[in-house]
Amino acid sequence: MARFFLRRLRHTVFVLFAISLISFFFIHLSGDPVMLMLPADASAEQIEAMRERLGFDDPLHVQYLRFLGGVLTGDLGNSLYYHVPVMELVLDRLPASLELALAAMAVALLVAIPVGVLSAVKRGSLIDFGSMLGALFGLSMPHFWLGIMMMLLFSVTLGWLPTSGRGTLAHLVMPATALGVSLMAMFARLTRSVMLEVLSLDYVRTARAKGLSEALVIGQHAFKNALIPIVTVAGMEFGFLLGGTVVIETVFGWPGLGRLVVEAIFNRDYPLVQASVLVLAMIFVLVNLAVDLIYGCLDPQIRVFDEGEMK
Amino acid sequence: MSISDTSRARTSLPPGIRLAIATGRSLGGHTSAVIGGTLVVLIALTAIFFPLFYQVDPLEQDLLSRLTPPVWQEGGSWAYPLGTDNLGRDVLARILYGSRVSLSIATAAVAVAVSAGTLLGLVAGYFGGRLDNVVMRVADVFLAYPFMLLTISVIAVLGGSLINLVIVLGLADWVVYARTVRGSVLSLKQREFVEASRALGARHRRLIFRHILPNILSPVLVLATVRIANIIIWESGLSFLGMGVPPPDPTWGRMLAEGRAYISQAWWLVTLPGLAIMITILAINLFGDGLRDALDPRIRKTAG
Repeated sequence: MARFFLRRLRHTVFVLFAISLISFFFIHLSGDPVMLMLPADASAEQIEAMRERLGFDDPLHVQYLRFLGGVLTGDLGNSLYYHVPVMELVLDRLPASLELALAAMAVALLVAIPVGVLSAVKRGSLIDFGSMLGALFGLSMPHFWLGIMMMLLFSVTLGWLPTSGRGTLAHLVMPATALGVSLMAMFARLTRSVMLEVLSLDYVRTARAKGLSEALVIGQHAFKNALIPIVTVAGMEFGFLLGGTVVIETVFGWPGLGRLVVEAIFNRDYPLVQASVLVLAMIFVLVNLAVDLIYGCLDPQIRVFDEGEMK
Repeated sequence: MSISDTSRARTSLPPGIRLAIATGRSLGGHTSAVIGGTLVVLIALTAIFFPLFYQVDPLEQDLLSRLTPPVWQEGGSWAYPLGTDNLGRDVLARILYGSRVSLSIATAAVAVAVSAGTLLGLVAGYFGGRLDNVVMRVADVFLAYPFMLLTISVIAVLGGSLINLVIVLGLADWVVYARTVRGSVLSLKQREFVEASRALGARHRRLIFRHILPNILSPVLVLATVRIANIIIWESGLSFLGMGVPPPDPTWGRMLAEGRAYISQAWWLVTLPGLAIMITILAINLFGDGLRDALDPRIRKTAG
């Protein structure tokens, strides 16, 4: 057990280190970072002054160590556009993005699990066919387009919901649903196939043979075991949702980190892009670590299997 | 197993063609694969050959007919079957040209991802040891780094030219192939036919490309159809954000972004390009589902 945790932690530290490297080099990607941050007609003196001020004239490893120090102390420099520390901006916008991602996840799971279970239990029925067809459509729609379509229907035509902004539940409904639909489709399919697999296992047959009611067999025996993979995938997909917020926040004018990144890109505010991407990637990694550890506690089989595979 | 039967009968054919024949045979019985496959072929043919039937310039502006609705709506005309945008450009022509951008970027990006991922997965799985360790550690980092953020940040700096999009989308996606291929290679390595030819003195190159590669093509093919759909969606997302192929080339994503400002006057501008994306993805997904059922006997048994 302890070995499993240690290895996971070591792995996470390695990945975080690699992410810090990628984020660091991101700014150097185009060659000279200073040129990116200044207007095209900047004079040679201005360029030199900027280079010195931001420390880009030091050797790369010195710059990286300074950057790493900044990451550890939460100081990633100032925004070139807003002229305040970038971490302040990022932390200010982060709650809105987390709220949106969590709401999307909730919408996805609340619809997908009952639909998936029902499809598995009524396998081959019209309900099953209909929900799986729905899931296929859900998987095939770009979420930002779905968002625009909902806006066209509920805001422009019917006038029921606000098109943009954050604050009330009415603001949250459309972006969360649009963001959650492809996950909903994926979870409905996953729940169905996991349930089908579990329902064909011996212990379920035994439970039925004992004369337990169908509701008890499905709810107590089968569903509980089907839940483990669903929870794992939900954890893994949380990072996907955070990435997806980038587009959906732009559609709905949601004041989150995703829109901040897009604006920062157009303002050529690279320190801000760097910090936002770094923070999102770190959250992603830490959520995955948490899921792995919880999973490892729940299901000892995974640890054994995993160790065998790693060799 | 139908695949090994056919391969015995036609050992002279290259593995790709043998797989295509075997796949075609087993696909016949899957309705979704047939419908999806037909649609995919139709869409691809349309993207390639539409200039033979529809020769309207997607960039030509007709400011007098700005925001003309589609032909079936009042005020529409056959001059612009799907209406015009805010600059009076023909929406149908723009959607047709957009299909070329989306499909070519996605196909090229998948080709990059499949070749890089398959090669690295083969080498890592076959040779094992330190090489395997290095490849898989790098793969872990790629997996841990949110895909969309990676592409966005790289495109933000490098700009969204066609070639940059192909490389970035392709390189962001090699990991899934590498991991799948590596897993298959690990189990194939133990199989008798591989050990037998090794005992006969076959070289590494021959073992990898003649014996192992043909046997991992079908999972790679299934994966590629799923991923190509994802890449089309994500390319249109980047384009929507203004980070795709730069104007004036029409793309589905940018058409949606431009149409958004006219959402209350011109529903067709925000609806039709998205519909084009959805139909394309739907066709690919249908085909992919059928392909998976046909090629993966394990799934066929449980999901029937």
